[in-house]
Amino acid sequence: MASLGELERAVMDLLWAGQEAATANKLRDLLAQDSAATDGIAGHQGKDLAVTTVLTVLSRLEKKGLVERERGTRPHRYQAVSSRADHTADLMHEALGSAPDREAVLARFIGSVSESEAATLRKLLGKN
Amino acid sequence: MFWTSYFLAVLALVLAWPVPVLLSRAEWPARAPFMAMVLWQAIALAGGLSMIGAMLVYGLEPIGDNLIAGLRSLAGMVLHNEPTTALGFWHLFALSAAALLSAHLVFTLLLTYVKIERQRRRHRELLALLASPSADGPGTVVINHDSPVAYCLPGGARSVTVLSDGLMAALEPAELRAVLIHENAHLSQRHDLLLWAFAAWRQALPWFPTTRLAQVAVNSLIEMLADDAALRTESKGTLIKAIAIVASGSPRPAEQFALPRTSDPDASPESSSLSGTGGADSPRTTASRVSRLLSPKPPLPAAQRALVLAASAMLLAVPTGLLIVPGLLG
Repeated sequence: MASLGELERAVMDLLWAGQEAATANKLRDLLAQDSAATDGIAGHQGKDLAVTTVLTVLSRLEKKGLVERERGTRPHRYQAVSSRADHTADLMHEALGSAPDREAVLARFIGSVSESEAATLRKLLGKN
Repeated sequence: MFWTSYFLAVLALVLAWPVPVLLSRAEWPARAPFMAMVLWQAIALAGGLSMIGAMLVYGLEPIGDNLIAGLRSLAGMVLHNEPTTALGFWHLFALSAAALLSAHLVFTLLLTYVKIERQRRRHRELLALLASPSADGPGTVVINHDSPVAYCLPGGARSVTVLSDGLMAALEPAELRAVLIHENAHLSQRHDLLLWAFAAWRQALPWFPTTRLAQVAVNSLIEMLADDAALRTESKGTLIKAIAIVASGSPRPAEQFALPRTSDPDASPESSSLSGTGGADSPRTTASRVSRLLSPKPPLPAAQRALVLAASAMLLAVPTGLLIVPGLLG
């Protein structure tokens, strides 16, 4: 049985890859297919995977602000709040942003560099 | 007991302004970054201690011959409703200020910790979904991004070093090793604790020159320490090249704000409130790192290192001794 963390990742991958919102049932079927294809052990994960588990994973993702559901229909359909690329950009903004608290949150190999400094470094690089 | 409070007040003033200004202009910290780090910590601790101590000693002067006796009388007044007539307005004012300042420092330290942890947790959650494990060992992940980016997210056993595709493509294996050793040095030397403490120190007393100078100095010193760790196994040329490649490929500050930020609901109010603490001057940090590598100066001689260590010990011992020893003797 895959851990919740792995399942969250698998569900997000499906939601990011899919064009439209999907129900928990649909996601469960897709996850079962995936694990049958990758594991080789036919449906090892899929057999164990209950729809309630998928719903748990979805509600965790919803709490983290990554997934939203369409409440108009029943059963609810879920979709990613924003694209994978947007989330990556977000992450990089956090990692590269020059806000001072970044310095305390994470340690970068290189902080933000001024234009003149970057030019000097590029020159240095050309010589090496 | 009266002269003690004046002496502590003078010490607090000296540590709040002239000493940090002189230290931040000094050249030797680049030659002994570890010693400089110890000294900055001693300055911060001694500064806080003498600030609070001076007010406490002044306020307790009428009701006790020393700090311990004074605190005992004060406890009697607070807990057993003994008469407070011995204390004048300024004494009560000083005591309240000491209590408020202590509470403020502790509270800011905790609040900063909570803020930092919340941002780290959020960042870790996103990494768990977006990054893939790297071949460079556990605790290292790769994120799909074209700019050369390397950073570490501290968090005890859950610490993680993040590299970008762009970085892996741009660097030679030896340069990549230098980057990884540099980042691992931040994690293994627990630089996150220093950054936390000095970020909180600055957040608590933003109008004191010492807190800003200390934070800038500490940010730059930990980079030097991590560079030194990388230099133990990789050559100087390799490290300089790695720094140059990463720096020349990083987005300029202006571009960073153009990046889309769509789904980070709690980021904007929080980062703006923390931005009030001002920049940590990382551009100068990179410049001083590179110039330190390009024109290295010999490490500080042992005698001078010992002197710095002795000065740090004195800074901590003097206010502590002045506050406690009279009580133990009397």
